[in-house]
Amino acid sequence: MRAMVYRGPYKVRVEEKDRPTIEHPNDAIIRVQLAAICGSDLHLYHGMMPDTRIGHTFGHEFIGVVDEVGSSVQNLAVGDRVMVPFNIFCGTCWYCARGLYSNCHNVNPNATAVGGIYGYSHTTGGYDGGQAEFVRVPFADVGPSKIPDWMDDEDAVLLTDATATGYFGAQLGDIVEGDVVIVFGAGPVGLVAAKSAWLMGAGRVIVIDHLDHRLEKARTFAHAETYNFTQYGDIVLEMKKTTDWLGADVAIDAVGAEADGNFLQHVTSSKLKLQGGSPVALNWAIDSVRKGATISVMGAYGPLFSAVKFGDAMNKGLTIHTNQAPVKRQWPRLFEHVRNGYLKPSELVTHRVPLEHIAEGYHMFSAKLDGIIKPLVVPTAA
Amino acid sequence: MTYTPHKPPIAESPDELRTRIPGWGVDLDPKDRPSVPKLQWQEDFTGAHWESPERQPEKYPRERSVEHGMLTPVFGTAQPPSGLSGAIRRYAYHYSEGRLAHWLLLVLGDRVDAWEHHLKSLLTLRPDNPVTQTGVKAEFTHHGLKSRLGQHRTDLKHQVLDPVIVGGPWVAAAGAVYVGARGVARSLSRAGSDGARSVH
Repeated sequence: MRAMVYRGPYKVRVEEKDRPTIEHPNDAIIRVQLAAICGSDLHLYHGMMPDTRIGHTFGHEFIGVVDEVGSSVQNLAVGDRVMVPFNIFCGTCWYCARGLYSNCHNVNPNATAVGGIYGYSHTTGGYDGGQAEFVRVPFADVGPSKIPDWMDDEDAVLLTDATATGYFGAQLGDIVEGDVVIVFGAGPVGLVAAKSAWLMGAGRVIVIDHLDHRLEKARTFAHAETYNFTQYGDIVLEMKKTTDWLGADVAIDAVGAEADGNFLQHVTSSKLKLQGGSPVALNWAIDSVRKGATISVMGAYGPLFSAVKFGDAMNKGLTIHTNQAPVKRQWPRLFEHVRNGYLKPSELVTHRVPLEHIAEGYHMFSAKLDGIIKPLVVPTAA
Repeated sequence: MTYTPHKPPIAESPDELRTRIPGWGVDLDPKDRPSVPKLQWQEDFTGAHWESPERQPEKYPRERSVEHGMLTPVFGTAQPPSGLSGAIRRYAYHYSEGRLAHWLLLVLGDRVDAWEHHLKSLLTLRPDNPVTQTGVKAEFTHHGLKSRLGQHRTDLKHQVLDPVIVGGPWVAAAGAVYVGARGVARSLSRAGSDGARSVH
């Protein structure tokens, strides 16, 4: 089969690989119809995630058709069209039993600090991902769902991570009616988080980024006020001014490890790999909110330490909520929102990249070319 | 006002927001938010029909975190560790995730892995190609200049480092090979001339 493979920092190519096989009775093999490149894939692409092995196939956002099932699979059959959450999870460990699917303890032998994720290095379990023609899906009775007939494919693929993560991130903010919410990062996750903040009753939603085309999308897709932080000497001060010197009630970090805005922070993390991530957005979030506020973090960071302004967070009495999104738990409610027209994830798609051109797709996304917001990957056989 | 008891007023009323924004407030009640509270008992186990899943066969000694009490029932089998990078990675897994040594050794293993594969690729019909694999062609097909010029992008300050990160090691390796080859050539030539002298 054809599959994207990692060849070292900033380098990927398409290779012939063996089709995956059933390795556990509850495995399924999915023929991928549509995949996506996530902003967090860029952390792997840039060589930031420890134990990212040469030959690894990335891709944790994908939909497809069931091609083969293991002997114990009951809920899926060959030919079913399915959407697969980015979390690999068993359904019954201590964490899964309580709905924390992203923290499953039965699927990632390499680390206890993170669950299992498709195509996201050996630190998340060593599973090849979905930027390929076929992918192995463990616990097929638990993770995947059949795609509803009414759902658009591009909506479905974005519900496997970006949309669910953004929606989850807004929930982590514990938003109450009339709250002022600042979202750092106008990528797909931040845009959905901003839109979701309104669904939860926010009174004002502000989105901050440095890419004008993404801020334009924040205004149209998420109905948000926008600030390009490069246009202000001090974006934290600007947030204080615009909130009558109080600060926001909630801030959402939808940027994660490769935040820009501070050259030293960015270079020491993204380029020199001396930090688990550049916490510029998180530090701005800490300083932009009022005392006693809540901060939601679902931007992805690596396992090394990061230079976070924890003293400010402590002295301001902040509540910091974090996690990878337990995707499947979001789906029933999110499906309603998509069906009712409150959220249209496919509006975020800007590029559709054939698998054979994956290297150009990664470069465009990494270098932010051509107004890119969300690139999809179309496998050769799809 | 901040210095008095009341919160600064919001410019738009709930009714105005509801009119302007489709779906405003539909999840106002935390009961409608699927992850509130964060921990919720899942009665149906999300489709699982086991309490303890069957174990996947372990076909090679699978590396695992020492913070796990056992090998997890299911695990990925992509890219088993091999070569020098594999040895470094296996050694890294002797340290817990709380130890810096664990992560730094894994990062070192990644860099060694990359060089092992780059060198191996030179012996194949498809050697690594830093031009095609970096996808820089997109600079010419997807508005590389227009995407940067006149934009308020702060990442341009460090994007100049990317070619150094990608190309730097190749240039350094080429330089090392050149210096090494020149040294060997000089030694051979010196040995040859010494040998010639000794004949006389």
